[in-house]
Amino acid sequence: MDLYLALALQIVYGIANLVLISLGLAIIFGMMRVINLAHGEFLMLGGYTVVVSTNAGLNIWLAMLVLAPLVVGIIGVIVERVMIRFLYGRMVDTLLATWGLSLVLIGLVTTIFGAQTATSISPPLGAIHIGDFTSSGYELFLIGVTAVLSILAYCALKYTRIGLIARGTMQGAEIASALGVSTSRTYAITFGVGAAVSGLAGGLLAPITGVLPSIGATYIAKAFITVISGGTAILAGTLSASTLLGSVNSVLSYITGPTMGEVGLLVVAIVLLRLMPQGITARLFRRSL
Amino acid sequence: MNRTRENSWLILIAIVGVVFLIGAPQVLELFTIINLTTAIAMALLALSLGLIWGFGGILCFGQSTFFGIGAYAYVISAINFGGTSWAIVVAILVAAAFAAVLGYFMFYGRVSDVYLGVITLTVSLIFYNLMRRTSGPEYKIGDAQLGGFNGMNAPPLNVPGDASWILFPEDVFYVAMAALIIGYFLCVWLIRSHFGRVAVAIRENELRAELVGYDVRLHKLILFAIGGGLAGAAGVLFANGVGRITPDVFNLYNAALTIIWVIVGGRGTLIGPILGAFGLFYLIGSLGQQSSINNNLVLGVILVVFVLLGPKGIVPSIIDLWDRKRGRSGAFARQGRRRRNRSPRKVETHHEG
Repeated sequence: MDLYLALALQIVYGIANLVLISLGLAIIFGMMRVINLAHGEFLMLGGYTVVVSTNAGLNIWLAMLVLAPLVVGIIGVIVERVMIRFLYGRMVDTLLATWGLSLVLIGLVTTIFGAQTATSISPPLGAIHIGDFTSSGYELFLIGVTAVLSILAYCALKYTRIGLIARGTMQGAEIASALGVSTSRTYAITFGVGAAVSGLAGGLLAPITGVLPSIGATYIAKAFITVISGGTAILAGTLSASTLLGSVNSVLSYITGPTMGEVGLLVVAIVLLRLMPQGITARLFRRSL
Repeated sequence: MNRTRENSWLILIAIVGVVFLIGAPQVLELFTIINLTTAIAMALLALSLGLIWGFGGILCFGQSTFFGIGAYAYVISAINFGGTSWAIVVAILVAAAFAAVLGYFMFYGRVSDVYLGVITLTVSLIFYNLMRRTSGPEYKIGDAQLGGFNGMNAPPLNVPGDASWILFPEDVFYVAMAALIIGYFLCVWLIRSHFGRVAVAIRENELRAELVGYDVRLHKLILFAIGGGLAGAAGVLFANGVGRITPDVFNLYNAALTIIWVIVGGRGTLIGPILGAFGLFYLIGSLGQQSSINNNLVLGVILVVFVLLGPKGIVPSIIDLWDRKRGRSGAFARQGRRRRNRSPRKVETHHEG
């Protein structure tokens, strides 16, 4: 019984982890139909923000939950204004430009902090016990944060004026613009929010994974495949794809060890895309957010 | 460019290639020759992406996956066979077959080009994570230990039929350079063939090509597999040039590097990506000696500048400049401009060869 509970917790954590690292990317993708290849570096910058500010004496909770999203969100807005907005409608060029940005950010952080792991910080919560098994309290906290984040995103999209404008721009940018919405500003804000969510995720994961200039590469494979499998509906896509892929990943990792977990995730995603090339939400849950 | 002038260019390229093949080992030091073998492997990889992206419109961000698979397949089968001749064949076939399987899911699923780029990149990164974890003694194929993070030593090429007659580094250079020249002219032949013309038609307008009656998915799949095999051959040369193969071939940096060679050298040409690869190999080599500047930073700036400011790449720019100087632009350029005004899509000029 305890074993099943512990296993179930692992699966839920696997799903939450995928949602957490993918949500920022999904927000930008859902809005602009563009995959931000610098996503991993936004996560990395969130992580560095937390490590640097905690070492400077800031409270770790404040650093993770407030400072990391703020810093990365501002960077996101700057990137959008300086680079992305010149490339609207040119999807391939946007991909390439964000890839260039990703390399620039890795290079800059390596130059400033060095290529090695910056001083690491330990997870602020201890272990919890389920019968004979122990589980990390911090993982439970991350599951909670992911749930809160998803609900917040849902409410923001569904019930606020900004959310309404965002949904309108998503469905038809030209009509929204004809009705007096500044689509350019909407895009800038969306990009900033997406970056902020990525920064938050990177900050929250920093105590578990440590930070490296190239840490982004370990997240992005999973994040990209989750978002593409999910399709353009921000929340329904991320949640459904994460549930499917996260379960596959966790179960396979439990049975065969972590090596095959990611491979299984990739294989399932590629077969899924053969069946539903536009992602899950193009076929199922079509009217969802 | 018209066909006659193009042919004279091809002859010039062939002469330069052969002179380089014969002359370089006489003039340069052994160390430079060994380095050049690696650069040639990179150039062949760039050529493979230049073929499928520039002429098939297939945006593959993970071309280095097939490169790495070719290199690993070569090393694993060379260790198991005890000779390298069949290992080369196996490497190329495995890389092409993997590209075909991956291509089946993507092209027959009609995945859009943005998705295709991201999926191929993801495949590369997952191979990176996978191969890094294969350090335990249980991870072996036949007699070959995969070696995880440290990778495996590559057995040097031997003369076909005699596994004990191992080639010297100079001889490996001859093989590599010959492979590059042959690969280049095979690609030229391919894009001049009927198949190549259909591929270009698909690149220009997929729907139109399909309505005319061509099987778009099959053509893309075949071209992608050919590109994969070419990249696999490049992987074999790389394993020989470096003498070692590690999971790093699958990492993000190498994937980006491949794309940048093609963008800098020029999409829609075959010689452009090759020159781009040689140029950047030289640039990074000279930057590597002064450690204050980070390679990622340099590559990132190059990529952003080329995308934002939109130069067409070095070779197409030179051809345009040449045409303008010779006053050949006249009627054709005007026609091109008019066509551009009608359709909002960006029209790129393409040259064979």
